[in-house]
Amino acid sequence: MKTAMWRYLVPVGVFAILIGFFVVGLNRDKETIPSPLIGKPAPQFDLSTVEDPSRRVGSQDFAGKMYVLNVWATWCSGCRQEHEALLEIASRGEVPLVGLNWKDDLDLAQRWLRELGNPYVASGFDVEGRVAIDWGVYGAPETFLIDSSGKVLFKHIAPITIEIWERDFVPLIRAAKGEGR
Amino acid sequence: MRVLALILAAWLSVQSAWAIDTAPAFEDPAMQARYERLARELRCLVCRSETIADSNAPLAADLRRQLRELMQAGKSDEEIMKYMTDRYSDYVLYKPPLAPRTWLLWAAPVLFVLGGAAAAVVVILRKSRLPEDDPVDPGLGAS
Repeated sequence: MKTAMWRYLVPVGVFAILIGFFVVGLNRDKETIPSPLIGKPAPQFDLSTVEDPSRRVGSQDFAGKMYVLNVWATWCSGCRQEHEALLEIASRGEVPLVGLNWKDDLDLAQRWLRELGNPYVASGFDVEGRVAIDWGVYGAPETFLIDSSGKVLFKHIAPITIEIWERDFVPLIRAAKGEGR
Repeated sequence: MRVLALILAAWLSVQSAWAIDTAPAFEDPAMQARYERLARELRCLVCRSETIADSNAPLAADLRRQLRELMQAGKSDEEIMKYMTDRYSDYVLYKPPLAPRTWLLWAAPVLFVLGGAAAAVVVILRKSRLPEDDPVDPGLGAS
């Protein structure tokens, strides 16, 4: 009788294990693909700027400096959504914002910056998306934090907000600046 | 009418041959075959359930361009796959790699079959040990 009883518990146990898998699987964030670049040297880039195509912006401009690289485009609605937050972050002056304008139209991009305000020290014009591929970009907006040694510290995918900035970026920036002292 | 049908047939065959790009990427059929095979092994990261061979997304087109250029530069399959995973992690591989953390995934089908087989063997052995005419169960006509 006793052995017969536990045999009925076997399917219940199997079911419980399945439920466990489903709970973990359904609660997982499947939208964000973790970047393999975190902790690695940031990819080099050198592009003409959106603001003035005769000038260039690239990694060498930020050698020894911490900076944020923000991937944006005028066709990207999330970028429009996060623009106010970027202007606010830029005005705080904690770290320079560099734009990576991804597969965009130069006239539209220039108009965007004129009309909405320009939070960037400069935006690289990556019309062919080659720099974006080097950075593993798959969906704008994406925001990278690069430390003064040129290493990628953090990547945020999806529109940024002041809350996300203060929660994820500011502590890393403070910690990195504290070490440098 | 027959001419029209011929033109249509020719056009359709060309369409399917050029399904990935507007024109074949390589003149050499072997290179074109290799290109199509590699494109089918890489995931489009915008539309996750498609390969870059199937997808019309701009990023998929860019990744196909990178793939063509890497092939033209004479890179090996391994070098090309490393180029992609260095930037987009293992997620870019349509087929998950065989690594310690994916052993359970790859072993799961075998484990399920073995589990089922073990259960079947146990049930069959137990049933075969029962006496031919079961005294407990008199059968349908008995009552």
